[in-house]
Amino acid sequence: MSAPHLDVRYIANLVRLRLTEEEITELQPQLDHVLSYIEQLDEVNVEGIEPTAHASAVYNVFRADLPRDGFTQEQATANAPHSGNGLFLVPKVVEG
Amino acid sequence: MNLEGLTIAKARRLIQAGELSPVQLVDAVQAAIERTDPAVGGYLSRDYERARALAEKTDVTLPLGGIPVAIKDVINVEGESCTCASQILQGYVAPYDATVITKLRAAGAIPFGRTNMDEFAMGSSTENSSLRITRNPRDPERIPGGSSGGSAAVVAADEALASLGSDTGGSIRQPAALCGCVGLKPSYGRVSRYGLVAFASSLDQIGPFTHTVEDAALVLQAIAGHDPLDSTSLDLPVPDYSAPLNDGVKGLKLGVPKEYFVEGMDPQVEARVRAAIEVYRGLGAEIVEVSLPHTKYAVADYYIIATAEASANLARFDGVRYGQRASAPRDLADHYGRTRGEGFGKEVKRRIILGTYVLSSGYYDAFYLRAQKVRTLIRRDFEEAFRKVDGLLSPTSPVPAFKIGERMADPLQMYLADIFTIAANLAGICGISIPCGDVEVDGKKLPVGLQIMAPAFEEARLLRIARAYETACSA
Repeated sequence: MSAPHLDVRYIANLVRLRLTEEEITELQPQLDHVLSYIEQLDEVNVEGIEPTAHASAVYNVFRADLPRDGFTQEQATANAPHSGNGLFLVPKVVEG
Repeated sequence: MNLEGLTIAKARRLIQAGELSPVQLVDAVQAAIERTDPAVGGYLSRDYERARALAEKTDVTLPLGGIPVAIKDVINVEGESCTCASQILQGYVAPYDATVITKLRAAGAIPFGRTNMDEFAMGSSTENSSLRITRNPRDPERIPGGSSGGSAAVVAADEALASLGSDTGGSIRQPAALCGCVGLKPSYGRVSRYGLVAFASSLDQIGPFTHTVEDAALVLQAIAGHDPLDSTSLDLPVPDYSAPLNDGVKGLKLGVPKEYFVEGMDPQVEARVRAAIEVYRGLGAEIVEVSLPHTKYAVADYYIIATAEASANLARFDGVRYGQRASAPRDLADHYGRTRGEGFGKEVKRRIILGTYVLSSGYYDAFYLRAQKVRTLIRRDFEEAFRKVDGLLSPTSPVPAFKIGERMADPLQMYLADIFTIAANLAGICGISIPCGDVEVDGKKLPVGLQIMAPAFEEARLLRIARAYETACSA
């Protein structure tokens, strides 16, 4: 990973994060700096080493697939910024 | 009733003897908050009436009967706000209790008050809160540490008997050290995270802040254990943490990792920690130097893994189901972009962007996969060390509390504040910070924390080691 470039504007768009020009100007050098720091992992020899995703000795956990109580429709939508008829309301997604 | 120096153990004795009622205890907490919190700013919100109503009904025969516990604003308590100190969660009211809250209630405790934090637990000084500044109780010009800075400050300032925080890379231990109280990070899988707003799911753990190690054992007893609602919580029996607490350290081997005494650390901090190690030697422990050779990669490793997980976890904040939403969006992309752009603070944005980058096509193997392999090496370092020793002793933080604003301009300097605490999260082991004296800086006495680490699920041993120092130093 020689001199990778992190393009703040491009990534921010990917993650649906609207940034102002001032924010982009501020974040770009800060993240370049952090990136050059984390690149030190390059020096570690990881050949033949298995990755660790988490430290717990537990993998696939199953439960019986049975119905159980959850939130009512009213509870589930109580925190929504916009809701109606027990549904979450969002801007129009599909034209027509 | 004065809250100063009041421990859970002592309050419980008074309550059981009928000398203190749970309602009087809530009154005392209120008086302490009204007196002290304007200067400290540890709480984001509290509801005294709700607490008094719970206090009136509490069963005082239960292990924590009548004990109010302050809760970091990242843990859901039914009917209360849970802002994560973020603008994006303004107005959110939790529709359910986190499992730790259910367990605290079952033990008779009263979840009371919401404490300040770095936004979404991202930070080491609580300065990333979008809601308020929290000041170090010892020096108002200094930070309380973070991200659980509010939870640490309210205990250290005697505005709470105990609190809960979360620790992803040191967010319980580091503020406990900088404020001067006890902070315990249990092993990964020991305490359910159901109802904790997720930051980095392979690292997050919930744990207590208390005045004493004895109290930490009492709170851990209440919150530990398997939970079907968090499949990463392990189905292992919860031992009695209080029973072996006073067994001492005679005959135990305690390791001092040489990589935790680095150039650039505060010499006064190092002196306090070295003195604490000598106390252990005096108590009959055998002190052994050990090596954790991959320590220097822990911070870099953490900032790949934690940000990658955070970028995925924070995708849920989309302005649809809860929280704030940008006004009058043109279309869905505009809705998402402005909701998240306006709702998240700078540090959260930095981490979402970095995390997305390290997971993106073409960089995944170079960054994320490599980081997971380095994580294996860090874990092996500890496994190797724990073959030789029963526990590890180190500083919790290389420096005492720094000044408000001092590290905000340089994110990397802030990340390095967690240099001694991060590896425990990567390895999944348990750790605790306990006060080991003060250092004088600019005429103010600032606390120093001693970090003790033990193998995963050896909290009983960890607490016993910590208690030995506490007992020796309070005698």
